Amino acid sequence: MNRLADEDLALLLLIRSFERKLLALFERGELNGTTHTCLGQEYVPVSLRPLLRDGDWMFSNHRGHGHYLARFEDPEGLLAEIMGRKGAVCDGVGGSQHLRRDRYLSTGVQGQSLPVATGVALHLKRHEPGGLACVYIGDGTWGEGAVYEALNMAQLWRLPLLVVVEHNGIAQSTPTELQMAGTIAGRAAAFGIAHTRVSSLDISEIRRQLAPLVETVRGGAPLVVEFATHRLGPHSKGDDTRPPEAVRTDWYASYQAEHPDQSARLEAAAGSRMDEIAEEVAARPPATWTAT
Amino acid sequence: MRVGEDLNQALHGLLGDDPSVYVLGEDLLDPYGGAFKITRGLSTRFPDRVLTTPLSEGAIVGAASGLALAGEKAIVEIMFGDFAALAFDQLVNFASKSVSMYGRRVPMPLIIRCPSGGNRGYGPTHSQNLQKHFIGVPGLSLFEMSPFHDNRAVLDRMLALEEPCLLFEDKVLYTRRMYEVDELFTWELVEDVAVVRFDGDLDYVVIAPGGVAHRAIAAMRTLLLAHDLAGAVLVPSRLYPFDPTALLPLLGQVGLVCVAEDGSAGGTWGSHLAADLHPRLWGSLRRPIRLVSSADSVIPTASHLERAVVLQDSTISRAVLEALDG
Repeated sequence: MNRLADEDLALLLLIRSFERKLLALFERGELNGTTHTCLGQEYVPVSLRPLLRDGDWMFSNHRGHGHYLARFEDPEGLLAEIMGRKGAVCDGVGGSQHLRRDRYLSTGVQGQSLPVATGVALHLKRHEPGGLACVYIGDGTWGEGAVYEALNMAQLWRLPLLVVVEHNGIAQSTPTELQMAGTIAGRAAAFGIAHTRVSSLDISEIRRQLAPLVETVRGGAPLVVEFATHRLGPHSKGDDTRPPEAVRTDWYASYQAEHPDQSARLEAAAGSRMDEIAEEVAARPPATWTAT
Repeated sequence: MRVGEDLNQALHGLLGDDPSVYVLGEDLLDPYGGAFKITRGLSTRFPDRVLTTPLSEGAIVGAASGLALAGEKAIVEIMFGDFAALAFDQLVNFASKSVSMYGRRVPMPLIIRCPSGGNRGYGPTHSQNLQKHFIGVPGLSLFEMSPFHDNRAVLDRMLALEEPCLLFEDKVLYTRRMYEVDELFTWELVEDVAVVRFDGDLDYVVIAPGGVAHRAIAAMRTLLLAHDLAGAVLVPSRLYPFDPTALLPLLGQVGLVCVAEDGSAGGTWGSHLAADLHPRLWGSLRRPIRLVSSADSVIPTASHLERAVVLQDSTISRAVLEALDG
């Protein structure tokens, strides 16, 4: 794998440390509710990071911590949101899967954000040409009719809509072969929408592959980018029913083997940074919400 | 002017005055101009902002929410209000919740127009009033078109709320005249409620949404001429949330308060309203608030069967008589 800039690897490992910290806090009973970690998928938003602009809209989903951190590098605000502490991104109301900040927004219902992103893309096409709306969905999301209604409109109206599919092969507990007939590529093709599959785990290669394609989206050609990725952890917490021998490819295991020194240095830094953040955030007073 | 024409002109005026307003829906383009012709002429004048869509109610409302998030204002026409069920998730779990679930208030200027109601022989899935399914959703307001409320003022008010609003439009009203009442009665606006009444002491009051107004007024005529009972019909523009404070003095004077609506029985707007009014009027009520609605039934297509299910003026007059006699 190509060597990453320290900045990229530090961000990747920050996301991983963040997610590991969440699972640890849950185990200790220090978190309320639920969470969905993106362990194994951290490279997806980090790959896209330099290809997207501040003016682009981003729509995330239930498994969105990596998307948020790659955009804002704000582990304090996100952890405060999840822990219901002062300084929370959304005052503790939205929690893990309902975040909004500037042009970033996540929702907790599968497929719901695609039509919304389509409306935003319509606005961008009219008033901010060159901007795009990026929507993260999973393989399971393709069961929802909203996806198809939105793809149809986006292509019909030639909207700058970038659909990023994190195809990790498992929708909660259901493997793709039990929930999807045909393929994502075939479904995109049905609408005449361009589709590209990303199977590499190498961020430099991914960026090279996607950079020209993302530019076509800015011109008004919707695109589906399908990452063949892997969810290392449970769907939520302690609910991984896959057999232990199931393949769980970890980009970091390969990277670490090839770049041990850089990995060790930045992993240690990310780990201690998250420890400090968790301690500091946990000590904050509860978030306050003035109902509107 | 007919009510439908008034609404059409209101949309023309709004699109002309505010370049951030979009109208989305199915079959809106001229020369068709929408299934009930309410959007006639709009696409010719404002081709960039009047968009005909695929048959995708969920995505239409979702896209309208996206426009609202991005700083525009959106009006959606659901061809038959019954199909709002196809947009339930976008309305209840996204558009309405977005107003407050992100901690700080997010403006969502969004109107969902729902041509509703029966008495036209369209059958079980094209004749309903689905209001009750949307009552009590935080961040979602319900309005109903009426012959006594200027549609432009209602549209402006809904957009100014900056939260999603459903506008129920009884299809029969489209061809009725604005501001026309039986010569036996007078009417005036008390805040947003049109009060249509007999000039004198009142025996009863009927609270009814705009689509039921004419049926309630017809019942009021029968009750006056045949039974010598004087009444008033109160027609609010906003059904939910509904603040009855300004009406309490009037409601406290009469022998009977009745709520008449066109939705099917069970879990109704009227039962919500009655639960709200009972404690407020407890000291002055002379009998329980009487609720009257369409039957607990699907709406049949054949006209004689439909009449037996859907609320008629005779349903209201009968209910008032029974309650006052009982």
